[in-house]
Amino acid sequence: MPRKVQVQTKLNGEQVEFLCEPRQSLLEVLRDELGLTGTKEGCNDGNCGACTVMFDGRIVTSCLVLAVEAEGKEITTVEGIAAGNELHPIQQCFLEGAALQCGVCTPGILVAAKALLDQDSNPSEEKIRFWLANNLCRCTGYDKIVRSVQAAAEKMQEAR
Amino acid sequence: MQWFEYARPESVDEAVRLLSEHGEKARVLAGGTDVLVQLRGGFRSADWVVDIKEIPELNGIAWDDSSGLTIGAAVPCYRVYENEDVKKHYPGLVDVASLIGGTQIQGRASLGGNLCNAAPSADAVPAMIALEASGRVVGPDGARTIAVEDFCTAPGKNVLKPGELLASLHFPAPKPHSGAHYIRFIPRNEMDIAVAGAGVSVVLDNGNFASARVALASVAPTPLFVKEAGEALAGQPVNDESIQRAAEIAEQAAKPIDDMRGTKRYRKHLCEVLTRRALHIAVERAKGNN
Repeated sequence: MPRKVQVQTKLNGEQVEFLCEPRQSLLEVLRDELGLTGTKEGCNDGNCGACTVMFDGRIVTSCLVLAVEAEGKEITTVEGIAAGNELHPIQQCFLEGAALQCGVCTPGILVAAKALLDQDSNPSEEKIRFWLANNLCRCTGYDKIVRSVQAAAEKMQEAR
Repeated sequence: MQWFEYARPESVDEAVRLLSEHGEKARVLAGGTDVLVQLRGGFRSADWVVDIKEIPELNGIAWDDSSGLTIGAAVPCYRVYENEDVKKHYPGLVDVASLIGGTQIQGRASLGGNLCNAAPSADAVPAMIALEASGRVVGPDGARTIAVEDFCTAPGKNVLKPGELLASLHFPAPKPHSGAHYIRFIPRNEMDIAVAGAGVSVVLDNGNFASARVALASVAPTPLFVKEAGEALAGQPVNDESIQRAAEIAEQAAKPIDDMRGTKRYRKHLCEVLTRRALHIAVERAKGNN
């Protein structure tokens, strides 16, 4: 039977080390070994986007990344978005805009939307919708999500 | 997911040695967006997963005016559509790299993986066939080059022998007055599997087609190269009639099945529509490409 593998990675700005089985997904290790349960499991096959994290500067579905692949990489989960006790504008705008109902898709959407705003400070509605196409929400109908991303973009521009 | 061992070779030789040693029990991991789903679902099995992303040759994009474009087999889609040389010289490739999956999948999935996975619906494959792409395969007996249209042999099966690895994809430099496009039909706006798709390329010469290539997705056991549709265009004037005839040849060549995504009849009809539309767009691109 294969042995466990030691992995060193940078997670939400901190160097961490964990042991994992090669078959374990990054999602499983984040939640079950490292206790970061903000990242959600939805479909577990890459369709729903609930498990979205930043992985070396790109958003990925962490259910389709092996935890062993995290060696030497940089990962940001939803827990790493806020600055201490201060919510990131995207989080604040999601609260104010009621962009969530059950909340299972929300962490993935926050990570994905933040990644979009980091590379495009004023995305069009169409760009937001296509960027978030890999993030399914079965409650909101997406309108409040899209409007909250637009509100966050405005807020971030004002802050500059 | 089932148990397996994981290896991350740093050279092609090391990867080939691992793949040769473990044969059918080894699976290659690039972006993982197909293979991890298959291993988790029990559709494929593996004792060894060989991650090829740390091999420099499999992870680069290189462009040269005379020899063309080489894309490492593990290069994720976003690096294809964000690459300035690809954007300038291969807009048909940008089309396809930006419609596979969503943003998250494009951060991982590779054109090489799309080809090796050999799904009949693989969007990138008809686009690559239209662009006359070939794959460089390395194995225990050395390297060989395989045209993309000859790579897939059945749903989920390809020409790779145990121990062999797709290292890179090569695209010849586009000719003057050439253009390409890939278009698919899905019932949604994004994030879906093609009911049918058409990848085309054309080369124009003074109002005539000098040459053309047409390939189809999701209408045969493998991505389908419709050589005769392109041949019917060669030497013909660029007009609605010649394009319509090529589109009808594509429709006749399609051998689809009925399934949950569409009926045979509907898919054949789509081949005509999509080939026609893709050819019109490729012609427009070719006119702007001097």
